Amino acid sequence: MGKRIGIENSLAAAEAIMMANVDVVAAYPITPQTHIVEHLSELVADGELDAEFIPVESEHAAMSVCCGSSAVGARTFTCTSSQGLALMNEIVFIAPSLRLPIVMILANRSMSGPLSIWNDHTDVMSIRDCGWIQVFTENGQEIFDHVMFAFRVAEDPKISLPLIVNVDGFTLTHVIEPIEYWDQETVTKYLPDFKPVNVLDPDHPVTMGAFGMPSIFTEAKKSQDQALINSKPGIVQAWEEMGKLTGRHYRPVETNCAEDAETVFLTMGSFGETVSIAVDELRKQGKPVGQIKIRLWRPFPFEEFRQAVQGVKKIIIVDRAISYGGPGGPVAGEIRSLLYGEDNMPVITNFLCGLAGRDVTPEDYIAMYEKSEAMKGIVREEDYIFYGVRE
Amino acid sequence: MEAINVYAARLVSKKEYFTPGHRACQGCAEALAVRMVAKALGNNVVVACATGCMEIISSPLPFTNWKVPWIHVAFENSSSVISGAEAGVKALIRKGKRIDKGTVFLGMGGDGATCDIGLQFLSGAFERGHNFVYVCYDNEAYMNTGVQRSSSTPFGASTTTSPSGKVKPGQVTWKKNMPEIAAAHNIPYVATACPSYPFDLLRKVEKAARTKGPAYVHILSVCPTGWRIPPAKAIWIGRLAVETGVFPLYEVENGKYRINIEVPEIKPVEEYLKPQGRFRHLTPELIEQIQTRVTKDYQKLKAKTTV
Ligand SMILES: Cc1ncc(C[n+]2csc(CCOP(=O)(O)OP(=O)(O)O)c2C)c(N)n1
Ligand code: SF4
Ligand SMILES: [Mg+2]
Repeated sequence: MGKRIGIENSLAAAEAIMMANVDVVAAYPITPQTHIVEHLSELVADGELDAEFIPVESEHAAMSVCCGSSAVGARTFTCTSSQGLALMNEIVFIAPSLRLPIVMILANRSMSGPLSIWNDHTDVMSIRDCGWIQVFTENGQEIFDHVMFAFRVAEDPKISLPLIVNVDGFTLTHVIEPIEYWDQETVTKYLPDFKPVNVLDPDHPVTMGAFGMPSIFTEAKKSQDQALINSKPGIVQAWEEMGKLTGRHYRPVETNCAEDAETVFLTMGSFGETVSIAVDELRKQGKPVGQIKIRLWRPFPFEEFRQAVQGVKKIIIVDRAISYGGPGGPVAGEIRSLLYGEDNMPVITNFLCGLAGRDVTPEDYIAMYEKSEAMKGIVREEDYIFYGVRE
Repeated sequence: MEAINVYAARLVSKKEYFTPGHRACQGCAEALAVRMVAKALGNNVVVACATGCMEIISSPLPFTNWKVPWIHVAFENSSSVISGAEAGVKALIRKGKRIDKGTVFLGMGGDGATCDIGLQFLSGAFERGHNFVYVCYDNEAYMNTGVQRSSSTPFGASTTTSPSGKVKPGQVTWKKNMPEIAAAHNIPYVATACPSYPFDLLRKVEKAARTKGPAYVHILSVCPTGWRIPPAKAIWIGRLAVETGVFPLYEVENGKYRINIEVPEIKPVEEYLKPQGRFRHLTPELIEQIQTRVTKDYQKLKAKTTV
């Protein structure tokens, strides 16, 4: 393994992308993603990274350029947040249908309005059904590791799908952490050269992005869905091999004190670290509490999730996005529907919090736990609570 | 000149890269233009195509009319997609991962894709200076979605969203001058063309392909369906567009303007407008207004001509 250094997570992410020997970067600046692309352009300007850095005029163009470069077989990266993701939305849905293994870091930020540059998950939840592989990270080391993971998984010829690494804006992008870099040898061992399945090459012409009549559209879409579902073994294998090389073991669903827990917190992204402090405290008080973190959001790891909640009586789901007028936050809505009808189905309580960067402390999680304990059974109107809101 | 026009046909390659069997309407001069562009570029090309008639008629899954590598992503972004392809290949060649075959990169779209929804994308690609050719097939409306107006629809034309009515004469705005907008980016090569003048068109596309940096070719593409003319009249109408000065054929090479098809005697615009259903409702006053504008624009263009 390489050296361990204290560095801002965004800069480390950019350096990981450099070490992954990216060929094309196309991006448009938006807070809190900016430090990643600024550093990438510096690395190109200094000749440290041999890549085409394309300073496009919009995020829509960024994703469009990425489609073109990935289609000619270039290793391709982009990075955005919130409004930028919304602007590129059209092409975000097209890239997986073209099976283009673009890698994107999404520096999660709330969506306007009111305008806010701060962190929550409303951006990523808006593209839940876009067909990309989607993973969440919790700290700088995980971001660095997941850059390598992202290219390896996306470009795996058995997978060939775009991949989003979710990184909480500011909370993760703008902090300095100790990060263990990979040495180049490990990178080379882990990440093979990009060998595209289909490529735009005059010697072997192909047609990409054809027009689908109703008689063939459903078949095309089913095969796309199947491709995403089938990506899971490759994803798990990529984490296992990373574990062997780095000693850091990632899984689709990760747990802490969950084996004998009656109540578990469920989070995604950086909130997991704060929850673990609350779990320690509650355990000290003798409460049977644990936590579950979903690392792999798409394809959803059903098996691992069911296993993780086996024997659990209550799940406290922390949502960081609103489904206006819907049946709870987007994560809670999904978990409820996937557990529906199971024997001994756990009770689910759903808190919406941490919107647009508002802090959620260990004490807040303890308060959420106490509030859920006070709830008896499934109380529909209390299933969906804005935590800590001033009325 | 006469002799070249008679014999040059034999010099043109018989190879087709945009093949027969596509689903365009009878007499579609846009499909004809695409065929000529493909012919001029040969097989060493990568094509990014915008949504629109030409995409729909040539790529019904699982069929294709393209013998060259071709990609369609969306409506507005073929200039960005081709920027990415060009940049990707450049990086791969530099890093020794792909051999340099001198491939040409072609972005293409209709007038809607180019002058309206994709203008920002194209401007960005010009400004960044990618080595690519962009061809706009201008049939003066959104034909694929049912003949709605675009900013490239001429004054007075009746379309489904600029219908001629009791108080409105059809399109009330003047056609956006897209070749001038392209030229204002100071790119090395801009040209107008029309498949009614095939050798001029082929020559310009070949020249665009040889140009280092961005090149733009704006092709007037007669659409019998949207213009409401008989399919057999498409070539003739294209000729009239040039002969009346409505659509002059010129090029701008490194800022120098040259009119390529000199019309000895400009015909009255009425001859061009009258046969087309989309202009049927025009009054003599409106035709006069159009004549004045066409004459003025033509003189303006002539004044820029230095060669
Ligand atoms: C973002 C978006 N808006 C609208 C459309 C619908 N649409 C598809 S093709 C088209 C018009 C195409 O017009 P043009 O570019 O002039 O090409 P033509 O069909 O006339 O050749 C429109 C409006 C779309 N596909 N995408
Ligand atoms: S509508 Fe017009 S442009 Fe479209 S295929 Fe038919 S003739 Fe060609
Ligand atoms: Mg059109």
